[in-house]
Amino acid sequence: MSEKRATREAYGETLIELGRANPNIVVLEADLAKSTTTIKFKKEFPDRFFDCGVAEQNMMAMAAGLATTGKICFTGSFAMFATGRAFEQVRNTIAYPSLNVKICPTHAGITVGADGGSHQTIEDIALMRVIPGMTVIVPADYYEAKKAIAKAAEIDGPVYVRLGRATLPMIFDEDYDFVPGKAIVLKQGTDVTIFATGIMVSSSLVAAENLAKAGISAEVINISTIKPLDDNAIIESAVKTGRVVVAEEHSIIGGLGSAVAELLCEKHPVPVARVGIKDVFGRSGEPAELLKYYGLTDEDISQAAKGLLGK
Amino acid sequence: MTTHTTDKQATVSLVEAKARTIRTRIINMLGAAGSGHPGGSLSAADIVATLYFHEMNYNAAEPRWPGRDRFVLSKGHAAPVLYAALAESGYFPREDLATLRKIDSHLQGHPDMNKTPGVEISTGSLGMGFSAAVGMALGLKIDKSESRVYTLIGDGESQEGIIWEAGMFAAQHKLDNLVGIVDYNNLQIDGHVSDIVDIRPVAAKWSAFGWHTIEIDGHKVEQIIGALNEAKSIKGKPTMIIANTVKGKNVTFMEGQVDFHGKAPSKDEVAQACGEIEASGPLG
Ligand SMILES: Cc1ncc(C[n+]2csc(CCOP(=O)(O)OP(=O)(O)O)c2C)c(N)n1
Ligand SMILES: [Mg+2]
Repeated sequence: MSEKRATREAYGETLIELGRANPNIVVLEADLAKSTTTIKFKKEFPDRFFDCGVAEQNMMAMAAGLATTGKICFTGSFAMFATGRAFEQVRNTIAYPSLNVKICPTHAGITVGADGGSHQTIEDIALMRVIPGMTVIVPADYYEAKKAIAKAAEIDGPVYVRLGRATLPMIFDEDYDFVPGKAIVLKQGTDVTIFATGIMVSSSLVAAENLAKAGISAEVINISTIKPLDDNAIIESAVKTGRVVVAEEHSIIGGLGSAVAELLCEKHPVPVARVGIKDVFGRSGEPAELLKYYGLTDEDISQAAKGLLGK
Repeated sequence: MTTHTTDKQATVSLVEAKARTIRTRIINMLGAAGSGHPGGSLSAADIVATLYFHEMNYNAAEPRWPGRDRFVLSKGHAAPVLYAALAESGYFPREDLATLRKIDSHLQGHPDMNKTPGVEISTGSLGMGFSAAVGMALGLKIDKSESRVYTLIGDGESQEGIIWEAGMFAAQHKLDNLVGIVDYNNLQIDGHVSDIVDIRPVAAKWSAFGWHTIEIDGHKVEQIIGALNEAKSIKGKPTMIIANTVKGKNVTFMEGQVDFHGKAPSKDEVAQACGEIEASGPLG
């Protein structure tokens, strides 16, 4: 647990592995190759790397065209621009015809830090989740990111993998077998379930430890695939504990919190508390300061769990 | 405020001195913040200084005075050059500059019109500020206002399709109250613009899009003033000034260095950079 790495670091490295195994892997970037780490692929496969310049919409629609020629296209840029600026290219030209394009932008969420609100994407999960046929994956650590990016190449169709800039503690290791669509119980519990995704998974584990000290048994489940959602695993845990906290580095509107609430409302209503960004924009600051400011620490998760238990 | 100096050389010297001051503030601000974008801030310093200390009408005590000219920093990552100019113009205390990018600061990593007095519109996502500037020019035209709109775009930013969509619209509607300036430093993040997705011949492109174009050295204040004057004489079309610049200008170890696009100077580098800037002439 000592070494920390960012999920974005997995991108370039995994692309190289994919590129060696499959000559049809092509990478498109939009002037952020160093930040996204796609530069690593560029160095090894200069003939299969194309920098589109600052033109994300064109990049996405070109990726769709490349996919029709049998290429498996991975795209770069930041989450803000890949899912925001190029939303309709993704929706209409990639997803509507169900083309084989992988959207794996980096710098998602508020942990982007000092660049501020214009660059802190807190809507991308909602934007990608609402598109029919889109697979949406939010890795919780470097290893899960590696496995998810590799698996994305095997899925025939559009896949969104959300990557971040913040370094995170390791939860998994090289042997981890990532299965898209499968929730993972990281800690068993009986009083409350914490469903977490992305950077909030490691803080949920810390929260669960602290809750245990207070006599509360919390189950922690990593929901890395937000779509398709592992309905059964979520319902099963909700039946067991009867109380649910959802934690994500995203707006409380439209992300994992919404997905879980929608499911449970229909299938097994229980009290739900959402830990996320409360319908406001981000701002400049250090990542740790921002997590505190916006209520995204392990302490906030613990408080939410206690609140559900009336403590 | 417009500087009413009869002596042309005195005006140029004043603006040059202001540009040097702006450069030292950019360096200090970024050093204190520990992150941010020096290269594109320094390349734009002479242009922004000329706008704020010669060209534009504004009232720092009343930032939203309706009669003001507007400046839109479409390449929003160069926020430090704008913040330095606004502080020097009296919009807010100079001491605020040291709070750049800090959690309680009004000086966000990218310009925020609701936090910083004098910022006309929030930018940071490339391309959109330019469209917003076209919208401002259109609104002012509807109101038969005398105010003018100035907007600075990057050469990398010019790869965004929205730039050209807005460009066509501005020509169609004869927005001669609008002046665009391309900070043509031939660098973006991944390398030289000419190696990534070339925008040449950029002046010919803007001409073909119906704009009046002027090519200048973007570090020569007389040429910047001359181009802005020429723009005022052009009726029935917007003007695009192609300003040839050097990214990181006036700091030798930053000039032409792609790595200083988005990397703050260290403590030693701050001292060296400020030393070089101060040695190049008086501050203003
Ligand atoms: C829509 C969008 N895409 C990507 C970025 C990230 N980005 C910030 S600056 C930059 C390069 C800009 O190059 P240029 O316009 O030439 O700026 P300058 O050289 O003047 O600094 C990029 C890609 C962004 N801010 N907005
Ligand atoms: Mg440039």
